[in-house]
Amino acid sequence: MAIFINEHTPVLVQGFTGRIGTFHAQEMIDYGTNVVGGVTPGKGGTTHLGRPVFNTMKGAVEETGAQASIVFVPPPFAADAIMEAADAGIRYCTCITDGIPAQDMIRVKRYMRRYKKESRMVLTGPNCAGTISPGKAMLGIMPGHIYLPGRVGIVGRSGTLGYEAASQMKALGIGVSTSVGIGGDPINGSSFRDVFEHFESDPETDAVLMIGEIGGPQEAEAGAWARDNMKKPVVAYIAGLSAPKGRRMGHAGAIVSAFGESAAEKVEILKAAGVIIAPTPAEMGATIAKVLGGMRKVA
Amino acid sequence: MDIHEYQAKELLSKFGVTIPRGGLAYSPEQATYRASEIGGNGWVVKAQIHSGARGKAGGIKVCRDDGEVWDAADQLLGKRLVTVQTGPQGKLVSRLYIEEVSDIDKEFYLSYVMDRASERIVVVASAAGGMDIEEIAHSQPETIIRVTVDPAVGMQAFQAREVAFGLGVEPDLVSKLERTILGAYRAFRDLDATMVEINPLVVTKNKSIVALDAKMSFDENALFRRPQISELRDKSQEDARETYASDRGLSYVGLDGDIGCVVNGAGLAMATLDMIKLAGGEPANFLDIGGGASPERVAKSFRAVLKDKNVKALLVNVFAGINRCDWVAKGVVDAVRELDIKMPVVVRLAGTNVEEGRKIIDESGLTVISADSLGEAAEKAVAAVRAITAKAA
Repeated sequence: MAIFINEHTPVLVQGFTGRIGTFHAQEMIDYGTNVVGGVTPGKGGTTHLGRPVFNTMKGAVEETGAQASIVFVPPPFAADAIMEAADAGIRYCTCITDGIPAQDMIRVKRYMRRYKKESRMVLTGPNCAGTISPGKAMLGIMPGHIYLPGRVGIVGRSGTLGYEAASQMKALGIGVSTSVGIGGDPINGSSFRDVFEHFESDPETDAVLMIGEIGGPQEAEAGAWARDNMKKPVVAYIAGLSAPKGRRMGHAGAIVSAFGESAAEKVEILKAAGVIIAPTPAEMGATIAKVLGGMRKVA
Repeated sequence: MDIHEYQAKELLSKFGVTIPRGGLAYSPEQATYRASEIGGNGWVVKAQIHSGARGKAGGIKVCRDDGEVWDAADQLLGKRLVTVQTGPQGKLVSRLYIEEVSDIDKEFYLSYVMDRASERIVVVASAAGGMDIEEIAHSQPETIIRVTVDPAVGMQAFQAREVAFGLGVEPDLVSKLERTILGAYRAFRDLDATMVEINPLVVTKNKSIVALDAKMSFDENALFRRPQISELRDKSQEDARETYASDRGLSYVGLDGDIGCVVNGAGLAMATLDMIKLAGGEPANFLDIGGGASPERVAKSFRAVLKDKNVKALLVNVFAGINRCDWVAKGVVDAVRELDIKMPVVVRLAGTNVEEGRKIIDESGLTVISADSLGEAAEKAVAAVRAITAKAA
């Protein structure tokens, strides 16, 4: 199963023929992802990487039956590409593009509300590394080989810190069901809580690792949801312990501007909600191992 | 991106917000000329720096005649003004805004923010003007009015009226206040702002609604379509280290410690700083060289980090995905040689081709310290700085 994508999911690449789109599309194909084509307006009817190119998402979905898409479109046009995917009936979309204006994302989120929840596309990102279901399919820019297939779900804002977690887990023999990047922007497609819902109902996920950071209300909100709704254990690490207030730490969203947004405050809120905290970023894997060990003993 | 008060006021006035009469001055001479141009018998000389709380720091002076204006300008220009928001080094005053004195009847707080919980623009207002919003939220939370704007249709007149009546103004002023509230909202929306704050917004004795102070910040991701906003950038108000780095496409935040950090990815960079702290050290900076870590970017990053003279050791932490470790390692070795770096450099590489990468580091003949894990890298960097400090003592 895994969540969002598996080896059968037919995938379209938006911004297929560009330099970045081409490079990563090839990597995804090599990993075994079922890439069925791509969209670049104006290049419809041609073939790229042995797959058809379409002018519009609607046309591409009609022809290929694609269910998922990945967006590599440059920032000025990325919001439009996401809305086009939603309108074409794509079920799951991840947007890699970094640098989309916040008001464009406000518009995207508002636009998607025109679809009923059951038929609404799930968007993750923007400004993320994508999603991978190890051993099955990769919809992103991550190095696939650092992930061992397994039963722990990862959801995080940061790309490379997610790689760090996956490789710590791999070194301990712990595998990943799906790793989802929700991105570092202040307004994003799916929150931690949204992704928790998918992991909680996925029979192939036993535990969840959340990699959060300073800024915004999403980590605390996810903690509260986990406390009330999740049977699976949640481990969390919150980056930015040493970040000064009011300074943006790289990610557009990583800024402490209100109470409850610093790393220390988030850790306290999560602890109170029963989330297990990895005390340092070097111990994300070890903390997961401890939690899994405890589960085996109980079983 | 932040701009000055006078720039924010100019922008807002184009959207129908009334501002006091005023003008810019770069010298005491110009300041008195501005005052005579404005006329009247009272002026406010305001230091233009990117910070709030200027009044408490002595950056705003009320003057009654030409001589006072001259003296105020003379005192402020060229001074580094230290406020609670600037840090101990303060910010340089190189422009003054000379403004007519307003006769204040009432003061309000009015701001517009990008609210992350509702993912919409939210208007925040309070009848307790003049104080900052955290103070108001603490001491008079019942006075805070919040209105959420639906992005599909924008702010509606009834919403502005709700705010206006909520502030308790006289009925004959409501339509004026409504125009101000809607105008500032349109400025926020049309210019891709992330924050607009008018504090205080005043009702004058002759019944006008005037923005006495104004602050605006803008979404850097949207500057590509707002060239007129990009032009308002004032580099003299930024940390020189940060300006140098951002002009070279690097994301850098200056901190107060002595371990310079070069990391790929914002999350991993924050985690690296955390590990340094946990190991008992102090990071000198946050630096994200971007997901792809090419040798050129590594060299650029080294230069940016070394601009900070407090740096005693360097920590490089790169998780290579697309960019293989051997490639990054070559970049590190070249940069250390080219820049003739004598201080300890701790390098931790992970990801694709990690073995080849380490081999390049180990066989370089340079005194680069290799580390296998995040924890080990932080400990080795902290130990290296301790050794230097011990030697110096």
